[in-house]
Amino acid sequence: MKIVDDVGSLPVITTTREDAIGLFSSLVKGGLKGGLQWARRYSLFQYPFVTACCGMEYMSVSCARYDMARFGAEVPRFSPRQADLLMVVGTVVHKNAPVLKRVYEQMTEPKWVMAFGVCASTGGFYQNYATVEGIDRIIPVDIYVPGCPPSPEQVLDALMLLQEKVSRLKFPDGKEAGT
Amino acid sequence: MSHVVLDRLLERFGEEVILGSHSHRGDETAIVAPTEIANVARFLKDDGRCSFEMISDVTCVDWIDEEPRFEVVYHLYSISKKHRLRLKARVPEGDPRLPSVTAVWGGANWFEREVFDMYGVVFDDHPDPRRILLYPEFEGYPLRKDYPLNGEQPLVEMRDPDTGQLVMPGRISRDQGREV
Repeated sequence: MKIVDDVGSLPVITTTREDAIGLFSSLVKGGLKGGLQWARRYSLFQYPFVTACCGMEYMSVSCARYDMARFGAEVPRFSPRQADLLMVVGTVVHKNAPVLKRVYEQMTEPKWVMAFGVCASTGGFYQNYATVEGIDRIIPVDIYVPGCPPSPEQVLDALMLLQEKVSRLKFPDGKEAGT
Repeated sequence: MSHVVLDRLLERFGEEVILGSHSHRGDETAIVAPTEIANVARFLKDDGRCSFEMISDVTCVDWIDEEPRFEVVYHLYSISKKHRLRLKARVPEGDPRLPSVTAVWGGANWFEREVFDMYGVVFDDHPDPRRILLYPEFEGYPLRKDYPLNGEQPLVEMRDPDTGQLVMPGRISRDQGREV
């Protein structure tokens, strides 16, 4: 017996070990179309690089009321080596820029970056000797969430948009992952 | 609390050290000769009528077109007497230095480092005279009025947001203010 999900005929609950093995091997070997992206987009492990007041908004969106986990971004990881999604939450200053760059470099591929809040996106209202005017000056950014701070709904929208982007990930040879 | 502290100061140090003072609704200020600031501080803390046990802040003003250019401002508070006093000392642009009051109030340590970091005023006999907020590679003093408004000094290679060009570590002069 097995219960199949409504999208990709994926066995989500099964009574036989063979079907369970089949799920993972189909994801890995790419026998199931889009399976690898499916797994990636709903298991984004975030590294919260929290530097400023947007952190409060991150806490809100990751905790019970808004609960980012419902959308498939369950666990924050405090080691960049275990994370796929770098969330830069708050203002980055020149003194801190080498740290951010190193954290990004320590993450394993494939990896994505969210600029959370207007400071991380463009520098916001800071334009001075101290502030990096947008983290995309240092590292590539996949999704920008301007807002001071962005509302939790905005972040959830951004997460879903990012998941779209993740599911369209292509390898350098042009093939889509998992196909 | 009217003029007691200012009168005590004048009585003890005279007009060669207390260069001026003003008082408005209990908000009192003494202008002090910069070389004597540590002696004045020691007196203000130890004297029984003054008892300024706490230093609330040390900051600085850049009067760019005046000489002496920098005005270091000390805010004092007496916890036991519940009164306040402000000290001001002017130091010239050519040699902006004055004695540290860290030996009197330990709390002045980081305040003085911040004034050094932002204005380049040197505090003699400071136990740890380093920058406090900015990084050691930073050149110049960003809160001086003649520091360029956008004088960024990046530590890592980055893209210029205006041109898209890669910029190596070092100084970007995206200058909107006066030149250093």
